[in-house]
Amino acid sequence: MAVLRYESQVRPPIVEGGKDYHQVTEDICRPVEAKPTKLWWIGFIISVALLLFGVYSVYAEVVYGTGQWNLNKTIGWGWDITNFVWWVGIGHAGTLISAILLLFRQGWRTGVNRAAEAMTIFAVMCAGQFPIFHMGRVWNAFFVLPYPNTRGPLWVNFDSPLLWDVFAISTYFTVSLLFWYSGLLPDLATLRDRAKLKWRKAFYGVTAFGWTGSTKHWQRHESLSLVLAGLSTPLVLSVHTIVSFDFATSVIPGWHTTIFPPYFVAGAIFSGFAMVQTLLLITRKVLGLEEYITIEHIEVMNKVIVLTGSIVGIAYLTELFMAWYSHVSYEWFAFKENRVNLFSPYGWSYWLMMGCNVISPQIFWFKKFRRNLTITFFMSILVNVGMWFERFVIIVTSLYRDYLPSSWSTYYTPTIWEIGFYLGTFGLFFTCYFLFAKFFPVIAIAEIKHILKKNGDRYKDEMTPIEKEKVEDFAHAHVH
Amino acid sequence: MPVKKFIVGSFYDEQVLFPAVKAVRKSGYKIHDVYTPFPIHGLDTAMGLRDTSLHTAGFIYGITGTTTAFSFITWAFTTDWPLNIGGKPFFALPAWIPIMFELTVLFAAVGMVLTFCYLCQLAPFVKKDHFNLRSTDDTFVMAIEANSKTNVEEAIQFLQSVGAQDVVVTEKETGWWIGRYDQKKQLATNQPHIA
Repeated sequence: MAVLRYESQVRPPIVEGGKDYHQVTEDICRPVEAKPTKLWWIGFIISVALLLFGVYSVYAEVVYGTGQWNLNKTIGWGWDITNFVWWVGIGHAGTLISAILLLFRQGWRTGVNRAAEAMTIFAVMCAGQFPIFHMGRVWNAFFVLPYPNTRGPLWVNFDSPLLWDVFAISTYFTVSLLFWYSGLLPDLATLRDRAKLKWRKAFYGVTAFGWTGSTKHWQRHESLSLVLAGLSTPLVLSVHTIVSFDFATSVIPGWHTTIFPPYFVAGAIFSGFAMVQTLLLITRKVLGLEEYITIEHIEVMNKVIVLTGSIVGIAYLTELFMAWYSHVSYEWFAFKENRVNLFSPYGWSYWLMMGCNVISPQIFWFKKFRRNLTITFFMSILVNVGMWFERFVIIVTSLYRDYLPSSWSTYYTPTIWEIGFYLGTFGLFFTCYFLFAKFFPVIAIAEIKHILKKNGDRYKDEMTPIEKEKVEDFAHAHVH
Repeated sequence: MPVKKFIVGSFYDEQVLFPAVKAVRKSGYKIHDVYTPFPIHGLDTAMGLRDTSLHTAGFIYGITGTTTAFSFITWAFTTDWPLNIGGKPFFALPAWIPIMFELTVLFAAVGMVLTFCYLCQLAPFVKKDHFNLRSTDDTFVMAIEANSKTNVEEAIQFLQSVGAQDVVVTEKETGWWIGRYDQKKQLATNQPHIA
């Protein structure tokens, strides 16, 4: 019988607290149906304030031009592209959790996938702002689209990695959004059917699209989720690969390497999981969902962090080795003098990156640290600081010492509007996340129920004897 | 839309629901639908539903995306306006693979989601009735369609005997989806159906 799947007794339960189906609904819907707390309001107001500051910073850049930023001929990509790559990287964990782990049949993903997917969408939204406003004349941004124009029509350059990026990021955003929302439909229907207030009934009535839970619909829904997961898996790998092509296909020392695609993808998963940790540690605490996002989840994600962090570390060492081994003097100069040399103008950023990304996550080899919430939270922030500096190192230390020493631009410091733009995307990200956590279920209710009898602590021990019975015997014994 | 009569049984355990579905089908009642709060693997087979072809549709949308990207870029870069980019060939297939891949995924995903919504008749502002509001919470609801020859009392007792916790009889309008009630409230006289 299909419902009675065997799950190894060795594995710890994914859902704690002896829940039944109704309790799952109650627990996850409670934060949505309750009035927002004071903490929520404080966080939300800070986020909106940051967002408004960001809007003003962008306004200053649009009106007065990119001269408002401290970019110059030598460092043409600075904070903006660093932030772009950083946000895109963060936006990789959600789809990884929901797609790749779905294909790998990782039951624990159900506790965290909804929030991680939402985070993905918001992070990609933030990322997209940077290349768009980097264009300067943002009102011409639609020139990147291949539409029949009056200039020939002159088509966009389909051979250019920058255009691939346009397609990759927009496809990624669209597919992630569809995947996320199609998964949300059943849970929105749950909220709709529980709703007592008039506006709530109307809001969830519209957003649930009339979902009923019919068996045929579930069958199609399962098929849709599986195929979308199958599509998203190569997609998520392709997106950061293409982002890395922005660098790797150029001839700039430090960028022109074939190791970039896997190195960027590993880094993206690394930073994405760190951001998921940061958000979920707060979310589970504030919304009281510790029985769904358990210490086991935290531990599993820390394992992913130490794995990907180590992959990233090997990539750093490999590119350093290749720079030396290749005997290309420009390449070796970029690595030796611009990066590894601690006393060079940006040497500190290289070692900050090394410390945060490679050395510090190694503490997660120890179970004690993997299961410590304070350390996990601290580490998750450290990793994202490190990953920001990784992109900064790649971009700025490769650019600032040009081929011609007279055009070296040794000290690049961002202006207030560059910083403001970055802070503004934090505002956008957290404003969206706060609204999501208030109006949508942060945990996939239907998916949790689906694994409850297999992985809930209340049912786990009861499963084995049932498994051994024949279906007919079971039906005879349990159905009257 | 005609109005039909349904005998609606609610179950609180999917392990009871499974044998019940089989028993109900075996004794010749027509199951209108079973509403569950989460997907139950194998229930579609137990109900005798055909496998969905949604994934095939997804494949077709996908290859449409690939060919769209390939043929459009080929036309634009070799016929409409060949651009000399660093002396590279006009027909630079390797450089187009990323966009061809992205469009494959985009077409497949968007097409499948739209097809899914069409097949299930899901859209904003669509209102449907699924007999029991708790079927999106913790209740598994089986709706049996009654016709003029169905002995309702017998059907109720039968549903109870296979494990339904509470059974109600209701009349609903049929159609693509169960929605608004018919003004006339006339019962449809459909042919008896043996599933």
